[in-house]
Amino acid sequence: MFEDPVLNVLPFAVLLLPLGGFIVLALFGDWIKKDEEEQGACWLACATVVSAFALAVFTTVRLYGLASGAEGLRFSQPYLGFEWIAVGSFRVPINLLIDPLSSVMMLVVSGISAVIHVYSVGYMAHDEDKVRFFSYMNLFVFFMLLLVMGGSLPLLFVGWEGVGLCSYLLIGFWYRKDSASAAGLKAFVVNRIGDAGLILGMIFIFHAFGSLDLVDIADNAGALAPEALWQWGPVTIACLLLFLGAIGKSAQIPLHVWLPDAMEGPTPVSALIHAATMVTAGVYLVARLGPLFHQSETAMLVVAVTGAVTALMAGTIAIVQTDIKRVLAYSTVSQLGFMFLAAGMGAFGVAVFHLYTHAFFKALLFLGSGSVIHAMSGEQDMRRMGGLRKKVPWTYVTFLIGTLAIAGIPPLAGFFSKDEILLSALHNPTLFGIALFTALLTAAYMARLLFLTFFGEFRGGHDAEHHLHESPWSMLVPLVLLALGSIGAGFLKVPHVVQSVFRLPEPHLPHVAWLPAVATLTGVVGILIAWYLYLAMPELRGSLAQPLRPALRVFAAKYFFDHVYDGFVRHVVIGGSDRLLWKRVDEGVIDGAVNGAGSLTRAFAETLRPVQTGFVRHYVLLVLAGAVAVVYYLLASAERLAP
Amino acid sequence: MDHPSFVHHAVLLSLALFGLGTLGVFLRRNVITVLMSIELMLNGANLAFVAFSRAAGTLDGQVLVFFVMVVAAAEAAVGLAIVIALHRHKDTLDIDAFNVMKG
Repeated sequence: MFEDPVLNVLPFAVLLLPLGGFIVLALFGDWIKKDEEEQGACWLACATVVSAFALAVFTTVRLYGLASGAEGLRFSQPYLGFEWIAVGSFRVPINLLIDPLSSVMMLVVSGISAVIHVYSVGYMAHDEDKVRFFSYMNLFVFFMLLLVMGGSLPLLFVGWEGVGLCSYLLIGFWYRKDSASAAGLKAFVVNRIGDAGLILGMIFIFHAFGSLDLVDIADNAGALAPEALWQWGPVTIACLLLFLGAIGKSAQIPLHVWLPDAMEGPTPVSALIHAATMVTAGVYLVARLGPLFHQSETAMLVVAVTGAVTALMAGTIAIVQTDIKRVLAYSTVSQLGFMFLAAGMGAFGVAVFHLYTHAFFKALLFLGSGSVIHAMSGEQDMRRMGGLRKKVPWTYVTFLIGTLAIAGIPPLAGFFSKDEILLSALHNPTLFGIALFTALLTAAYMARLLFLTFFGEFRGGHDAEHHLHESPWSMLVPLVLLALGSIGAGFLKVPHVVQSVFRLPEPHLPHVAWLPAVATLTGVVGILIAWYLYLAMPELRGSLAQPLRPALRVFAAKYFFDHVYDGFVRHVVIGGSDRLLWKRVDEGVIDGAVNGAGSLTRAFAETLRPVQTGFVRHYVLLVLAGAVAVVYYLLASAERLAP
Repeated sequence: MDHPSFVHHAVLLSLALFGLGTLGVFLRRNVITVLMSIELMLNGANLAFVAFSRAAGTLDGQVLVFFVMVVAAAEAAVGLAIVIALHRHKDTLDIDAFNVMKG
């Protein structure tokens, strides 16, 4: 660790640029926007995020330049010079943490945000509320950067809640649409469940360490006694509570239900918040506290199993979806499951690696789907698409690259990270099998999406076909940039770069010669299956669907999670509130106690009532009798005391 | 020096005054008479105070008598004001007419 005056200022500049953009747009947005087609406000928003990205690059380069050849642990902790909270031993300074992990996250967040902001200028060109949109987007970038750069858990939590707020605001951006505002509420409420776990986890950690500083926690975690499987020590409980927060934010089973509905928001929002950045916050949290999770075998197993189960279930749901964005949403849930699987296997670096490559190709796929939806004038149902290859060639080529990247075809980005995940899961045959099968599913549902959308005949009718058009350049340039990222991102060995953060020795993954071949083959087979079923022999689908009907029905119903939650809320929460809490507890116990106190007083008063005769003489008599009694008592006690 | 039975006689007189006052409070119906009877009771008590004070050779009892006189004066002022108010309200001073507080 070292002092550098520039590095003490730069990270705050990275952070505050988007915040400044938000404040300017929120206060003066309508004044900047003179008429409907005016795009000055949009470009202002882009400029703040692009310059934040440039400063982030500069920060990273400077940090590594100063520390080149130095010890493995390289980080800087800029400090704003004042404390946010100072209560006894509980102190939260306003400090940021710039180390390899937060550098990677900072670059991914600001870079992808910059690209998506530029894309949004074209995508939202005809929306009358675009100033509000861009101010929310800038606010989101600020909170997301705070989340990944915050030097302590409370600061991270501020960012965590802030991105949740922006997610809610942007999902419900088209608030006049009932389904959009309902989806926003759903995301908000489901996330609260996880956030409660995060708060409790923070309390536990403060109890165990006396500090919430991320560096302190990472440094001291190694000294804690490791907890074996099913040993419920403080570390296990803290980790599981934190993981509950991660589940909520990163849409893992059983709290994944909000993410598919979140697709009601504008497509750039889906790409930025619900694919590339915010939903990976849970993975970041687990990786950031990797040294702590590593001390608890139970927590690691829970993380790995949750990830594997989520990856598999979401993958199976994705193959039966017909809405182009929902396929991508379930794909995101599934890929996040992959990341947690790697983290649970102890390969935190690999999880971050997949997070990083996934950010490129999933943002690309979402933006590509946005371009398709733009071309289709708002239609999202893949059954009405087809044959778009020739109409929107740029979108098609970039989408193809994204699909191949996520399917794990070498040498695209997804191949490298997925290969490493499979490698890290190799010593657990069950989880490895699930991961490999999910990789097959990934290739299959993405190829299905590609074939349904871009190949075959157009199925949307003449009017829609007439309207088909390629998107403006402000949407195509981001697609090309992200496609380049999806091609090249895998060559940066992120696991090696971030390993020092975890305070653990670099895991010695065996070199398994057959694994890359098997992984590639899995991807190719998945694509071939989709090609066979959707292009070569579509009639085979019907005959295949017959025996598989029960399974497909379960997939289409999304494993009944929404039904179960709906039933729970309807019968247990609302019904229980109505029949038990209202009719029995409130009306019976609470009102009963209040009314009981009243009638008890009344009955008591009723028995004492005759004493008040209204005749003054009776009162005087009582006073006299009382006086006599007092005097008698005094005399009697004086007699007793006398010797 | 006082006569030895001085305290004895004084207490008997104070008892008589107090008893007369009590009887007046119980038997008279006119509110003003009742108030006067209360004054009689107070003065009976005052007499006992003064007598005991004299016998004991201290001033405590006599100081207390001044307190009682002050309180009695205040009581007379407030009491007569209440009597006027009652008379305006009911047009009578019969003490049994004022029984609205009957339970």
